[in-house]
Amino acid sequence: MSEQAAPRRRNRGRYEGDVPREHYLNVAYGLKSWLLTVDHKRIAILYLLSITGFFAIGGLFAAIIRMELMTPTGDLMSSEVYNRVFTLHGVVMVFFFLIPSIPAVFGNFFLPMMIGAKDLAFPRINLASWYIYTIGGIFTLAAIIAGGVDTGWTFYTPYSSTYSNSAVALTAIGVFINGFSSIFTGLNFIVSIHKMRAPGLTWMRLPLFVWAHYAASIIMILGTPVVAIAIFLIAVERLLGVGIFDPALGGDPILYQHLFWFYSHPAVYIMILPSMGVMSEVIACFSRKRIFGYAFIAASSLAIAVVGFLVWGHHMFVSGQSAYVSMVFSVLSMLVAVPSAVKVFNWLATLWRGSISFETPMLYAFGFLGLFTVGGLTGLYLGTLATDVHLHDSYFIVAHFHYIMVGGAVMGYLAAVHFWWPKMTGRMYSEFWGRLSAGLLFIGFNLTFFPQFLLGYMGMPRRYHFYPDEWQVLNVLSTAGASILGIAYLIPIIYLVYSLRYGPIAGPNPWHATGLEWTTASPPPQHNFETTPTVTEEPYDYSKAIENVAITPGAGPESPPSPAAPRS
Amino acid sequence: MSHDAHAHDEPHIVPLSIYLAIFGALMIGTALTVWVAVFDLGEYSWLHTPLALLIASAKATLVVVWFMHVKYGSRLVWIFIFAGIAWFLVLIGITVGDYVGRNWEPAPNAWQAAVEAPRSSELG
Amino acid sequence: MSQRHGPVTAAVITGSMPEMDNDHGPLQHHFDDMAQQNESAALGMWLFLLTEVMFFGGVLTAYAVCRYLFHDAFAEGASHLDVQMGTINTIILIFSSLTMALAVRAAQMSKTKLLVGLLIATMVFGGAFLVIKGIEYEHKWVEHHVPGKYFQYDGPMANQVHLFFSFYFTMTGIHALHMILGIGWMIWLTIRSWRGDFSAAYFSPIEMTGLYWHFVDIVWIFLFPLLYLFGAGAGAGH
Repeated sequence: MSEQAAPRRRNRGRYEGDVPREHYLNVAYGLKSWLLTVDHKRIAILYLLSITGFFAIGGLFAAIIRMELMTPTGDLMSSEVYNRVFTLHGVVMVFFFLIPSIPAVFGNFFLPMMIGAKDLAFPRINLASWYIYTIGGIFTLAAIIAGGVDTGWTFYTPYSSTYSNSAVALTAIGVFINGFSSIFTGLNFIVSIHKMRAPGLTWMRLPLFVWAHYAASIIMILGTPVVAIAIFLIAVERLLGVGIFDPALGGDPILYQHLFWFYSHPAVYIMILPSMGVMSEVIACFSRKRIFGYAFIAASSLAIAVVGFLVWGHHMFVSGQSAYVSMVFSVLSMLVAVPSAVKVFNWLATLWRGSISFETPMLYAFGFLGLFTVGGLTGLYLGTLATDVHLHDSYFIVAHFHYIMVGGAVMGYLAAVHFWWPKMTGRMYSEFWGRLSAGLLFIGFNLTFFPQFLLGYMGMPRRYHFYPDEWQVLNVLSTAGASILGIAYLIPIIYLVYSLRYGPIAGPNPWHATGLEWTTASPPPQHNFETTPTVTEEPYDYSKAIENVAITPGAGPESPPSPAAPRS
Repeated sequence: MSHDAHAHDEPHIVPLSIYLAIFGALMIGTALTVWVAVFDLGEYSWLHTPLALLIASAKATLVVVWFMHVKYGSRLVWIFIFAGIAWFLVLIGITVGDYVGRNWEPAPNAWQAAVEAPRSSELG
Repeated sequence: MSQRHGPVTAAVITGSMPEMDNDHGPLQHHFDDMAQQNESAALGMWLFLLTEVMFFGGVLTAYAVCRYLFHDAFAEGASHLDVQMGTINTIILIFSSLTMALAVRAAQMSKTKLLVGLLIATMVFGGAFLVIKGIEYEHKWVEHHVPGKYFQYDGPMANQVHLFFSFYFTMTGIHALHMILGIGWMIWLTIRSWRGDFSAAYFSPIEMTGLYWHFVDIVWIFLFPLLYLFGAGAGAGH
């Protein structure tokens, strides 16, 4: 079969050409050219930098948590401080890293290129979204300085509304503002996918990365406003004392949980869906095979987005929620596992008999597959009514969502970084260090979080820094894993930055990948393509050789002429 | 859904009479809302809210379809609107359903017994 | 390049030479033509309104739950609202919706003066709405019905009535904020209209503002019966 004949990616060799003379990075210089840019690629870089910054802050808090938990007694800090540390870890990681991560960086950069457009539909709104993100971030950082916040990232009432003495309102306003950045990003993606596709790019020819972002955008559009109003009401509650969530004033605290989880459960899918989109790209590329079950993967993204909205109550099984509603939520939670499983099985089928090679992005993708599966399956324990009563608010759930968030979303993010870095910068990073850090990450991650499953199952509750002595071994293992994890995060920063100057020139298509983004120069020109591309075939056609084409400046990529199919 | 289909070179101009008719209908709707609200429905007084929401929905539909030109818009806009309504109904339906459902739950006998039994007998 | 077919070539040309379309208004560089740009704007506006539906939907859900829990107290609280002023405001807002719809129509027909006049009329109606709203707020302040520290209410259900007023001020407050933003935006549009920026060939911003304004009207269409008329019914105990 032609798959056998497809060239192994190992024949990459050095790219002989040079970086293009003019590209989006050198078309203008100076702070102003960055801060006032409307180029989606530059906005993506702005996001990359700020998100990395927030990841570092969130990681720092994680390090403090793990240090504290090395010993069974709270000898590093007081309980009040510990509360603030884990809250800020959660707030920063969820709202300022995970939710924007892949959409705002790689979605912004590659979605327009994948659909053959010059930019997103609303470039200025796109820039505004970065500013809103930054302003929201500044509020949150100000809250850290103003004494931190100790409610947990969920801002549960009445703790956040009545009893907390920390900077809740400031943080809440920060998160509220940040929500609009997410809304703007989602809005931009949906409109762009509907209206900006290149001629011939029908829906069934879209890369699965685009489908995944479409689904995630639906959640951003329909979910974010609800959490915005919930958090807005908390801020109003604290500042004016209106009492909507305050039982002392007749309000209802569980109501807050409904509004919060209506968004914050689907928000998990905002984090994981784009990551799944990355998986589809990476696994197809490094298996040198057409993706298996394209339509099923695309449809399952939408199914996750829709069904994901119907399961929020599984966070509230022990809150006093009606048992009937809990049953419905439990059944629907089982149901949402189906489309996720459909994806995993399709990726496995794509790997089957593929010419697999183990480049860095693929190692991260393998990490994703295993860890996401563990995270997803342990989610079923928590979606089951009876077992949840035992496992609720224990380290089991901490381990579960870190397997999804770190094992899934962060692995996907790093896979994306390593997959598209050559396209974004025009340079290759060190494959040795890349593979090494991917391996370290996998080991460190499992060492950190697997013991937490055991701890949770034995009954260690989350959000406490005292625990019985017999749990110390597992906690020390977890902390040891966290230090490996920390190193595995730091190494890429070093070799990626190093590659910017000393890395070999990548050429337009170092991975011999399919997709419109690989048909243009690396780094891409300011308007992405010299000429608007025309799409004539299905995505992921790895059956034929894809050369690392040298693109002479000024000439468009070669593609066979074809009658342009209608847009939309 | 070719994007040339609704080119704005020739905008669809709705006749003035239609706008005025919709306006009139909205005014009548407002009067109806107030009238229904103060009308004594006797033992059916619980109907006040459903009726008010029904009239409000009818008014909103008129505004969306005519004032907001959805009648002449693309199918996609219809889908968006229905998605918005559906998601809102999910949110409010399940949330209110939780509160209503709590009233239906029978307390298990064991709980009732535990509450009523004196503490000593529970231990013994 | 020369082998490329019509639409692609056209896209390349219009994309790289926006000045060719100058008589069709400002075409941004990344769109192929005005139709694509206008449809994208409309789609974006509708998606934004979708987020608004969910935004108000969240607070409406909270209101529905609390009203279900404290039915009688909410009816009692609602009976303190001024139905007359609420009705007048509803009528004013419907007038403003009409003038807004006609403003879009005027823009479609390139009638600049009519467009400016109708935009101003819309803003005047919107302003009148806000003034009446302000008077109502002032009454509530005098009666100590503003939730928070200064709230005073005698009766067994004081806490729940407080809750009702919390919802009243939150919902009408967010709604009024939307109107203020809308009016602010319309001032800018009026200046642009006066300058002659809009015509049958390009009126997308007017149309988008219209969508927003009508949406704000729809919110009020629901808020009015839910807040004001709840206490008006004979069976609502007052």
